[in-house]
Amino acid sequence: MSAYSILGKRLPRVDGPVKAAGTARFTNDLSLPGMLHGRILRSPYAHARIVSINTRAAEQLSGVRSVIVGTDFGNYSYGLRADMRDEYPMARGKVRYIGEEVAAVAAVDIDTAEKALRLIEVEYEPLPAVTDPVKAMQKEAPQIHDDKLGNISVHMKTEFGDVEKAFSQADHIREDIFYSQSVLHGYLEPNAALAVWEPPNRITIWASKQSPYFLYRNLANCFQVPLSNVRLIQPYIGGGFGGKNGGYPVDFIAVMLSKKSGRPVKVDLYQEEVLSAHRRRHPMQVRLKTGVKKDGTLLAHDCRIIADGGAGTGIGPMTIANTFSFLNLPYVVPNVRFEAFRVFTNRPISVAQRGNGIQQIRFAADVQLEMIAEDLDLDPVKIRQKNGAYTGYRTPNGMNIRSCGLQESITEALKAANWDSEYCSWKTKQDQPLGRIAKGIGIACNAFESGARLTGHNCCTAVIKVHEDGTVSLLIGSTDAGQGAETVLAMIAAELLGIRLEDIFVAQTDSAVTPLDPGSFGSRVSSTAGNAVKIAALDAKEQLLKVASKLLKSPAKEIEFKDRKVFVKSGPERVMRFRDLVRRTVSWGSGTTVIGQGSWGQTIEPKNFETGEGDSAGSYSFGTQAAWVEVDTQTGQVHVSKMVVAHDLGFALNPLAIEGQHEGSISGGVGHAVYEHCIEQDGQTLNPSFTGYGLPTVYDVPDEMVSISIESLDPVGAFGAKESGEGTQVSTIPAIINAIHNAIGVWIKDLPVTPEKVLKALEKNREDKSDLEAAR
Amino acid sequence: MEKKLSLRINGVEHSISVSSHRTLLEVLREELGYTGVKQACGIGDCGVCTVIVDGRAVLGCLTLAVAVEGRDIVTIEGLGKQGKLDALQQSFVEHGAIQCGYCSPGMILSAKALLDENPYPDREKILSAIGGNLCRCTGYAKIIEAIEAAASSPE
Repeated sequence: MSAYSILGKRLPRVDGPVKAAGTARFTNDLSLPGMLHGRILRSPYAHARIVSINTRAAEQLSGVRSVIVGTDFGNYSYGLRADMRDEYPMARGKVRYIGEEVAAVAAVDIDTAEKALRLIEVEYEPLPAVTDPVKAMQKEAPQIHDDKLGNISVHMKTEFGDVEKAFSQADHIREDIFYSQSVLHGYLEPNAALAVWEPPNRITIWASKQSPYFLYRNLANCFQVPLSNVRLIQPYIGGGFGGKNGGYPVDFIAVMLSKKSGRPVKVDLYQEEVLSAHRRRHPMQVRLKTGVKKDGTLLAHDCRIIADGGAGTGIGPMTIANTFSFLNLPYVVPNVRFEAFRVFTNRPISVAQRGNGIQQIRFAADVQLEMIAEDLDLDPVKIRQKNGAYTGYRTPNGMNIRSCGLQESITEALKAANWDSEYCSWKTKQDQPLGRIAKGIGIACNAFESGARLTGHNCCTAVIKVHEDGTVSLLIGSTDAGQGAETVLAMIAAELLGIRLEDIFVAQTDSAVTPLDPGSFGSRVSSTAGNAVKIAALDAKEQLLKVASKLLKSPAKEIEFKDRKVFVKSGPERVMRFRDLVRRTVSWGSGTTVIGQGSWGQTIEPKNFETGEGDSAGSYSFGTQAAWVEVDTQTGQVHVSKMVVAHDLGFALNPLAIEGQHEGSISGGVGHAVYEHCIEQDGQTLNPSFTGYGLPTVYDVPDEMVSISIESLDPVGAFGAKESGEGTQVSTIPAIINAIHNAIGVWIKDLPVTPEKVLKALEKNREDKSDLEAAR
Repeated sequence: MEKKLSLRINGVEHSISVSSHRTLLEVLREELGYTGVKQACGIGDCGVCTVIVDGRAVLGCLTLAVAVEGRDIVTIEGLGKQGKLDALQQSFVEHGAIQCGYCSPGMILSAKALLDENPYPDREKILSAIGGNLCRCTGYAKIIEAIEAAASSPE
């Protein structure tokens, strides 16, 4: 029998009903009296000097109330650190990518705003542009930022152990190059902001933001107003996946247009703008050299990365540090050498996207491991089991594994995939004719950070307000971008206070009211905010226990809170309703309130982003995925028919929500592997539509997805829980690539797997085979 | 050119005056306050703006408002009675078929149009009904389960 009444149960989301009813309001659903509509004029050039902007005709168009340009923001720029402030509210001096924001208009309706954009005259002096990071690193390349010579955004070079020595001892060495393409977050709700400027210096803004407090700081700095005067209120968010964490031009533009026009202004991007000019995952070239002993023991990795950073830094250093860190897990690798260049190019800025730099390296490493296994005639399962990390392991760069369910995840994934009865190595079946549909299965393993730690403010704080009738308001700044954080946090509060889930109301994040919080990224909400809510709930409970102890005439430690009742454990007939306890407590004497507070920040020191030394997070999740594919050898199409994910998530706080996260992760991973590609030419996105881009439909996801939770009960995460929403999108790609190899004997090292690539590879295999036969 | 128009939405008649180039989606959201109808791509690519017109699921962003005068239009706000969710909506909630919720109104209406016409659809018919509705969060699995469950249970 479970130790918990609420935690661990398959409970529907608390915000499910309003979303099903259509009453949940997203930013674009909001409007205010007198509101104006904003539209943005964007650069048609990838790189150009802005010579002049003439807005007179636009300003004079009937219905236009304000026109702004980059110089209206003075000297302001922003970024992750003081030396990385290379993002601008709007382009200033020059434009660095097609789609960069050059001017904006607020008008009485969208049609008028659109007309006004066409009346703005911008004179550009086109400059040579560079959209290939390898070319951008060369001496003759155009300089994108004056202060970053050679277009190097981030350069990380580090080594742990002795890689050369390890290679000299290796029985087998492989070097391969892998490429992960430009992909988009693909959330359905476009970025949007509704802003109100009230003189002399008050900003209220509703915006679709995963980390509201990043923007709140940006706005205070940009507009020189105190933080107490920046009120950022979080409506429901229609997906984020990393594309809604930062402050973006749309946010600054909405505020400035409101300031200049004296009216509320809503700026709602068209999907085409989001898909062509917003943010995207880092395309990466991964050159990986690995040495092993002939029994498959991993000895060393030597890795060189070229990451395409686009026109700004964003959180580039964190992404690159992740790529390095997760070269060191999920296997024991005693010697690691790593060099990464994050390069500026004249393209939209690369930022975090579900997985943040870890997909790219694990795709390379776990496909290469499969290649190594084949080279040495080793079983792909045994080589992973042999090298797996374990509880108590400390990587050479100082990542401490406090809980590890990797081995169990391998076992469970194989069981669910029917591996033992279905797996047949490519080598065994390669001489058989392929047939029209070739089937294959493959696996991959990975680790992930649970609760990423950045420098600066990383802690979550929760406030629990107990109402007189025994219901509760939970105030917390963590954000639910759709992943279900609100529900999990409410479950924790309900469990500890011994009340029901429906008794908890989770307030919208509102920077005037809810405590400061880093927000939703780095898979930190369940574990970090979860712990803060736990402490706050226990604090509120403590206050109530003092009164309960008097009323029930019992020491506090003998009293239990459960199912809206408060009773003495040894004599449960001494009982009262929770709501009566609250009422008695708050009306004691001349009255009081019951407010619980709790803060929790990570227990680890921030990682050294230069050397890669240190923990990325307090805990690490581990997982294994198994993929079944069907390859049509005539058309080259790949269909992923079944996907199994077995994930060590510490403790399953809400299995229904977790399955949903797993299934969503898999569909994102399948998309990245097989369907999605932001096709660009000289900085122009050629396919800025969902269908053109390849966002998976119901027909594209696996017919069957199996979600298995492994519970290693982590000592750090709230109630033993670790992440389950990002780390489950990492093994998906290599599992699929390995399955394709198992089906047709080709290694696709360049994503996505298109029909053309499959057919070309099959053709090459046939040619190689007939060359071999001819040679005999 | 402004045109006087009478639209029947969720059984309620609305008299409005709109330009003939306005889409049903724009009119529903901006003129009439039905913000339960969501807007995502505006070009018929994603199904998010799905509404039901005379029993058929259609895309609000590709339908001119003037073209649906006199028809029966159903939006997500028309489901359920007096603040309570209907069985299909309830099924979505209970099966975990909703995450961020942005695709949900359109998805539910695509399912409703199917179930109103065919109360016991097989899996193929369900996929076909929601084949034009994108979802980035759920991977679709629980959406299919929710529709299957709503289909097999008597109202």
